[in-house]
Amino acid sequence: MLEVRNISKSFSGFKAVNKAELDVKQGEIVAVIGPNGAGKTTLFNLITGILKPDEGKVLFKGEEITGLPAYKTCRKGITRSFQVVNVFSRLSVFENVRISVLAQQQKTFNLFTPSRNLVNKETTDILESVGLMGKGESVCGALSHGDRKVLEIAIALGGKPELLILDEPTAGMSPEETTRCIDLINQLSKNLGLTILFCEHDMELVFAIAHRIMVMVRGATIIQGLPDEVRCNQQVQDAYLGGSDVCSV
Amino acid sequence: MGEKKAVVILLIVAALFAVVPFGLPRFYVYLIALIVTTGLLSTSLNFALGFGGIYQLHHAVFYGVGAYGAAVAITKLGYNPWLSFIIGPLIAALLSVIMGLICVRLSKLYFGMLQISLGSLVWAVVYRWYSFTGGDDGIHGIPVPEIIASPEGSYYFAMIVAALSLYCMYRLLNSPFGSTLQGIRDNAVRSEAIGVNVRRHQLAAMVIAGFFAGVAGVMFVVVDNSVFPDMMFWTLSMEITIMALLGGWFTLLGPMLGAAVIVALRTFVAAYTEYWTLALGVVCMVVILFLPEGILGYVQKISKKRASAYDRG
Repeated sequence: MLEVRNISKSFSGFKAVNKAELDVKQGEIVAVIGPNGAGKTTLFNLITGILKPDEGKVLFKGEEITGLPAYKTCRKGITRSFQVVNVFSRLSVFENVRISVLAQQQKTFNLFTPSRNLVNKETTDILESVGLMGKGESVCGALSHGDRKVLEIAIALGGKPELLILDEPTAGMSPEETTRCIDLINQLSKNLGLTILFCEHDMELVFAIAHRIMVMVRGATIIQGLPDEVRCNQQVQDAYLGGSDVCSV
Repeated sequence: MGEKKAVVILLIVAALFAVVPFGLPRFYVYLIALIVTTGLLSTSLNFALGFGGIYQLHHAVFYGVGAYGAAVAITKLGYNPWLSFIIGPLIAALLSVIMGLICVRLSKLYFGMLQISLGSLVWAVVYRWYSFTGGDDGIHGIPVPEIIASPEGSYYFAMIVAALSLYCMYRLLNSPFGSTLQGIRDNAVRSEAIGVNVRRHQLAAMVIAGFFAGVAGVMFVVVDNSVFPDMMFWTLSMEITIMALLGGWFTLLGPMLGAAVIVALRTFVAAYTEYWTLALGVVCMVVILFLPEGILGYVQKISKKRASAYDRG
C-alpha cells in the first residue's frame, strides 16, 4: 500500500534520513523503531508531506505522492497523529474532531451554515470508537495527557484514513493508559480494517502489536521484517537492543 | 444563556441604541456613532487576528481605502452615493486579495512587517496624489443622500450597518469556515495534516476582514462627511489592535468594548491633558498583566467557572 524508496532528507548538512526504505501492506500494523534521533519522525514528516524529501520516492497505492503538500496527502487517505500533542487547544474535544470531519468532507468553505448542525453523527461515532464520548465538551487544555494523545488519534480518524500514521502514540502515558492505547490500536486495525504505521520507544508495545518491524539507525533502514527476524538480527542487537542476546527470549 | 434570554437582551440593547438621539446631546450621538464605527473596524481586524491568528498589523489601510473608495467615487467620479458605499468595501476587499497574495506566504511577524510596508506605500500614494485623493488635506464635505445626512440619520445608518456586519461576522465565525479558521489559529500544522489548505483559508479570512474594514470606512464617511490620510496611517492600526486586545480578542464583541473604552479615554482625558496616551499606557499594562484575554475574555472565564460550579451543585 505504501512504498518508500531510497528517501533522504538533510538539515543544513546533517542527514536526518539517509536512503530509507519502507513497505507497508494493506491491513498491516507496521512499527518503525530506532534510537533517539534516528529519523523516525522526519521519515513520517516526509511521507505525510510536512517536509519535502531531497531525493527518493513515496508511493501510495501505486501512485507517486512524493512532495505533495500535507493537505493533499491527507485527502489521498493518509492521516497522522503527532508525537508532541498537537491539538486545537482553545476548542472543545468535540470541535477538534468536528473540524477534521469537516475538512475530510471538504466543507470548510461553507460560510453560512452553523457548524453545530453539521457532521454531529460522524463526530460522535469517532469519539465513541476511541472512548472519549463523555469528554466532548471539555476544552482540550483540561484533558489529561493520555486523553490528549487519544484525541490526537481521534482527529486523525476524522480524515477517514486508509493508512493511519501514529508518531509515538503512547509517549508519556501511564501503564494503564498504555494498555488502553494498545487495545485501541488493535481495535482500529481489526474493526475498521485500517492499515497502521507507527513508531515507538516502548519495545513491549512494538513486539506485542506489530506485524512487521522496520529498524532505523542514523537515518538509514537496517532491516524490515517479522518481529522474530528483527529480534535475532545481529546488527539490530548491536545498534539498538544493547548488544545483549534477546533472541532466545 | 438560553436563546430566548439572548434575544431579549439583544432587543433591549437595540432599543437603547435606537432612543439615543432623543435623549442625548448631538455631541454624544456623534461620539457613539464614532465608537461603533471604530469598533466595527477593530472587530473586522479581530476576525483575522483573534479568530484567524493572522498578524494583520496594518489593518487600517483597508479602512482608509474603503472610505476613500466611496469618497472618491462620489466626489470625483460623480457616482450615486449608495453605489459608492458598496464600491468602497469592494475595493478594500480587492486590495486585501492583492496584499494577501503577496503576504500570505510569510509567517507571523514577517507577514505583519511586509503588510506594514505595503500599507505604508498605499498611504504614501494617497498622501501625495493631490489631484485625486486631496493629498494631506483629504476630502471634506462629502455629500451623502438626504435621508442619512442629518446627525440622527447618519447615526441610524451607522447602527444598522454595524449590526448587520456584526451579524454576518457572527454567522461566518460559527460556520465550518469559522471553525476551520479557529483551528488554523490554534494549530496550522495540524490543520494542514487533516486536509485543510491553510493559506487559502487565511487569504479568505483576510479578504472578509478587509471588506468589513471597508464597510467601517464607509460608515465614517457618512458620520463625518470627510476622509483624510490619517485613516490609513499605521498608528491607527496599532490603536485598533490595542482595542481588540483590551476588549477581548477571542470574543466577537470584545473589540467593540475596547473601542468604547479607548475612544472615550481619548475624548474625555484629552480634554484635561494632552498626555492622554499616558492613561492609555496604564490601561495597556493593566490588560497585559491582569487580563491577558481582555475584559470580555475575563468575564466569559468567570461566568464559565460560575456555571460549572453551579452544575456541580
